[in-house]
Amino acid sequence: MYSKIKNKSKLYRREAIEGYLFALPWLIGLCTFTAYPLIASFVYSFFDYNVYSYMKWIGLGNYISLIKSDELFWTSLYNTVYYTIFAVPLGMIVGLAIAVLLNQNIKGLALFRSIYYLPAVISGVAVSILWIWVLDPNFGLIATILGYLGINSPNWLGDPLWAKPALILMSLWGAGGSMIIYLSGLQSVPTELYEAARIDGANSFQCFLKITIPMISPVLLFTLITGLIGSFQVFTQAYVMTNGGPLNSTLFYVLYLYRKAFAFMQMGNASAMAWILALITGILAYLIFRTSSKWVYYSGGLK
Amino acid sequence: MNSKGDIISPVWYKRVSIRRVFTRIVIYLLVVGGALIYLFPLFWMISSSLKSNDQIFTTPIQWIPKPPQWHNYIEAWSGYYPFTRFLINSCIIAGGCILGNILSAPLVAYSFARLRWPLRDVFFFILLLTMLIPYAVVMVPQFVLFYKLGWVNTYLPFIVPAFCGGSFYIFFMRQLIMTIPHELDDAARIDGCGSFNIFSKIILPLIKPGLTAIAIFEFIGQWNNFMGPLIYLTKMELFTLPLGLNVFRTQAGIYMNSFMAVSCLSLIPCFILFFVAQRYFIQGVVITGLKE
Repeated sequence: MYSKIKNKSKLYRREAIEGYLFALPWLIGLCTFTAYPLIASFVYSFFDYNVYSYMKWIGLGNYISLIKSDELFWTSLYNTVYYTIFAVPLGMIVGLAIAVLLNQNIKGLALFRSIYYLPAVISGVAVSILWIWVLDPNFGLIATILGYLGINSPNWLGDPLWAKPALILMSLWGAGGSMIIYLSGLQSVPTELYEAARIDGANSFQCFLKITIPMISPVLLFTLITGLIGSFQVFTQAYVMTNGGPLNSTLFYVLYLYRKAFAFMQMGNASAMAWILALITGILAYLIFRTSSKWVYYSGGLK
Repeated sequence: MNSKGDIISPVWYKRVSIRRVFTRIVIYLLVVGGALIYLFPLFWMISSSLKSNDQIFTTPIQWIPKPPQWHNYIEAWSGYYPFTRFLINSCIIAGGCILGNILSAPLVAYSFARLRWPLRDVFFFILLLTMLIPYAVVMVPQFVLFYKLGWVNTYLPFIVPAFCGGSFYIFFMRQLIMTIPHELDDAARIDGCGSFNIFSKIILPLIKPGLTAIAIFEFIGQWNNFMGPLIYLTKMELFTLPLGLNVFRTQAGIYMNSFMAVSCLSLIPCFILFFVAQRYFIQGVVITGLKE
């Protein structure tokens, strides 16, 4: 009896050691490339630091100067929030609308799904350059089409008022990424639910509101969280297409952080910005998770 | 329209049917119209890339350039910057990162999915949290670390972390391994198989499609990665395609047709991968998005 237990505990210990060994690559990565930088960035945020030479303790100086005297900090935060407030919900609505359309038992589903999804796969500098040209106020694609309709194109990227909407419009071109997730969510909704509702006299819109939305709400939660975090980090488009301009109207948070760190070499100040960003996204994600129990429905009552 | 109509009276059925046909037409119009809108920028890119310097500024616009200026592609690709070099560099980074993730992510995922070890669930929660941390938050100290290690102007800042396994891929793999019936490992364990043999002989062959999905996601991610190379690479001969494109964009005296041609060429690997391996993309997105 005793030896059996001993044997069992030996097996457990062996499994525990194996577990850590298998997970070792990630554990090392977690310590060196995530945990250490998080702590280091917190430490740097209290210093005046330029990597190459000196490191001077200034306490809360970085935070105070950001909040009290750095106007561009607030501009960049405002721009990012503006972008997020429009790009994330609009992206979700467009993605969901396409998914609902594609879920109507249409012919050539695979082809249409590819077409809508394709722009989400390509991104980065090549796409940014493409959109500079699409948004060209004189010879661009949108200006040409607006011209056919007799409308004067705004000076998209050259106008502080239109630059952010232009980038939001561009982001909607990539809405196919969330569409794929919604589509598979829609396909997993049991059809009996719709049939039952139809018998009770519900119309399509009521079905959508009372069945579809609750049934895919976990997917909506997932895309909302990942969308928020992604849009708070918008960088490449702004760097390549406008470089923050005109008049800092597309100076987004991470672009400003990048400039602080790698153009002005203010690593301490940039670290303070990084921690404020972590705090903002962390609080937002937390709030959404907290309220999610009210609007996210998990079938089977399981979380 | 459907077989259930048989039990409904003919007149009423006809009215419903007309309404249904009308709805179908509207749906198809929306789907096709939307698809055209989504394709239009790509068509515009190809169309512009085949125009001469004069044609791109011609009004009314020429949708299909006549004659197509195929030489734009050759001139833009090899006339100004060593784009072939950039292409090879991009491939080296993508290849190294794919290799790293393919080796590590399944191992770690297996540990999370199948082995019991102290604090496993705590670490799994941490894994989920790390997926939410913005890169910008760790960017500065990572740079300081890699700078001190002398890794600036090398590809190590991209490739070495890949060998630790990306959180997203580990999570994806774990979800995949969880769907494999436990009976398979139990049977092997009774036959005297150790954990590593179970992993390599039973689990690994079953998750091969997942490995392909990881390779594809990592390729696309690295191919499009701009911020990382922008921070770590300053020597032109080390540039990746996105960095090269970015420098090319600022070159004076070059018109949009050349930019479009090079952009188009740089996207070709993504296009090919997308059409060849579409089901892996969709599977990957679906598994991580739905089965949380």
